[in-house]
Amino acid sequence: MSYALELKDLRKNFGKTEIIRGVNLAVNAGERIAIIGPNGAGKSTLFNLISGRFGPSSGEILLNGHRIENKAPYEINRMGLSRSFQITNIFPKLSVFENLRCAVLWSLGYKYTFLKFLSGLKDANDLAEKYMAMIRLDKKRDLLAMNLTYAEQRALEIGITIAGGSNVILLDEPTAGMSRSETSRFINLIKEVTVGKTLLTVEHDMGVVFGLADKIAVVVYGEVIAFDTPEAVRSNAKVQEAYLGTHSAEEEAGGH
Amino acid sequence: MKSYQFKPYNVGRWLIWSLFAIVLICAPLMFTSNLSGTMLAQMGIAIIACLSYNILLGQGGMLSFGHAVYTGLGSFVAIHALNSITAGTSQIPVSLLPLVGGFAGIGFAVLLGYVTTKKSGTPFAMITLGVAELVFAMSLMFSEFFGGEAGISGNRVAGPTVFGITYGPQIQIYYLIAIYTFICVALMYAFTQTPLGRILNAVRDNPERVEFIGYNTQRVRYFAFIIAGFFAGISGGLGALNFEIVTSEVVGAGRSGGYLLFTFLGGATFFFGPIIGGILMVLAFVLLSELTKAWLLYLGLLFLFMVMYAPGGIASLIMMNLRVAAFGKLKQIWVSYLGLFVTAFVALIGAGAMIEMVYHLQLNSALGNNLKFMGIVLNAKGVDSWFGSVFIMLTGLGLFEAMRRHFLIEWGDIQIEIEKEIKRREAA
Repeated sequence: MSYALELKDLRKNFGKTEIIRGVNLAVNAGERIAIIGPNGAGKSTLFNLISGRFGPSSGEILLNGHRIENKAPYEINRMGLSRSFQITNIFPKLSVFENLRCAVLWSLGYKYTFLKFLSGLKDANDLAEKYMAMIRLDKKRDLLAMNLTYAEQRALEIGITIAGGSNVILLDEPTAGMSRSETSRFINLIKEVTVGKTLLTVEHDMGVVFGLADKIAVVVYGEVIAFDTPEAVRSNAKVQEAYLGTHSAEEEAGGH
Repeated sequence: MKSYQFKPYNVGRWLIWSLFAIVLICAPLMFTSNLSGTMLAQMGIAIIACLSYNILLGQGGMLSFGHAVYTGLGSFVAIHALNSITAGTSQIPVSLLPLVGGFAGIGFAVLLGYVTTKKSGTPFAMITLGVAELVFAMSLMFSEFFGGEAGISGNRVAGPTVFGITYGPQIQIYYLIAIYTFICVALMYAFTQTPLGRILNAVRDNPERVEFIGYNTQRVRYFAFIIAGFFAGISGGLGALNFEIVTSEVVGAGRSGGYLLFTFLGGATFFFGPIIGGILMVLAFVLLSELTKAWLLYLGLLFLFMVMYAPGGIASLIMMNLRVAAFGKLKQIWVSYLGLFVTAFVALIGAGAMIEMVYHLQLNSALGNNLKFMGIVLNAKGVDSWFGSVFIMLTGLGLFEAMRRHFLIEWGDIQIEIEKEIKRREAA
């Protein structure tokens, strides 16, 4: 039985700067992992490597036992991994419904066809409606995505990410820029839509992290210094020293 | 009711397409002169070309500077096919020659588009420019295929006639073009409603995200490019039949620029925009060029103002005003519109008089200093004429600016009223 996602001695250099310095991580199917760490620790870079946005300098990435480190983003997506972005990355001039319909098309096998009408694709339309209801945007169905509020756009971002039916979901700071009440509502939404899926999320809000995650990976200076249950991570001396304990580091993390 | 459900009796859609067919059928019956006959035929061709260009520009966000490569090469292959029919070496009916052009368009798009669509954005635009130059340079080198300076001519009365249709008379070729125009417009509209068509919009909006929902953006662009090439080739094939001569000018940069300019003027953001663009293109090339030697200058000015003030083209202006009309507010601003038009026209008269005087001095000074402009005799070297022109232009401009400010305030108020109205309806 292979892991849903496994990183083996993953490294990434930009020029001479080592951003990721030998990360090892093994995630079981169905686990919710939160990745925390101070700014510039390499959390987003890690996501970019896993999702194929950048190629790693060395090391291996395995998705359900298959190596993916040299594949293009769309190939990785077709193998069952999907990600969201820290800065909202949606299709601004398409309606909410069209955004979600685009996201389900490949997984339903429609590929590049131009011999079928979209209106005739009942499965794609039903699925898009289903996800639209899930992320509570069914009342905004025909609104252009650019006209949504910020929180709604963040919800659509998650919707596009999960709509393809991937089993491994990467969320890059899903609650960035949201108010506290929005955040708690949003976390419930994330829990709801990722039931049964393997979830990795980058998060700064500690309340969120301890509420959402089964396990926490602490990334500092391009290395995973701890990977354990929230309680164990909380009492881990190395983590306290490097991240949670020292006052300056916490401020750095919270000030983002 | 969900709007994506199949509606067999979509009245609005039936009405629009029937109207389009009726216009195509009746146009030559209403405009019977020789000139209007050829213009109508050219409009059909231009409509297909501009719509095919808009698959790239409006739907895919690909700014191509070399679309004439595909219309032009389609023309050349079609005219060679026509000549082979005349020579008796092939048996294709003349009415299917545009399809030959279309398949040539596909072939060249498969070949050249593979390189072109490897990139997007600015590099894409650069490559199209390079490919266009390449093909134009080749047209001067391979005179067997491109016919050198004289081009390749043919005779469309060739092969066996079906139901007595020889395509000799202009009206017969017009109806052939009209049928192709209707079918091509319908097919290109249908394309916008397919999965590839929609993903193409997504690639235009945000190519990066498309990569993360399972699509290879390069492949999407490539397929769209080939489809655009097909319709471009059909348009080229029709052009070859219509003019019975194809010169290397049809693959030139000027032609490519024309497609870009008029697709933009018509409006790239709406499907029907390029139809308006195609019609304007023929009007400008045939009528405006007869009216004045400075027509390209006027066209350039129009393009400039359009890019600056109405980047959505004429189609977006129409749609914006339809929205205002739908809320019954058009009557509040029609006086302002009238004012805008009148003052703009006054400014244009002044500017036009000066432009015509300059052109007269540069090109026709041997004919004396006098020229006729809108029924008035102007002296191109006379102080009165220049002073008068400047005065008219400045008066027009000043009044126009005043009108424009007034109009903007009114327009803003109306938009706010409409927003309120929408909110009220939503709440109800």
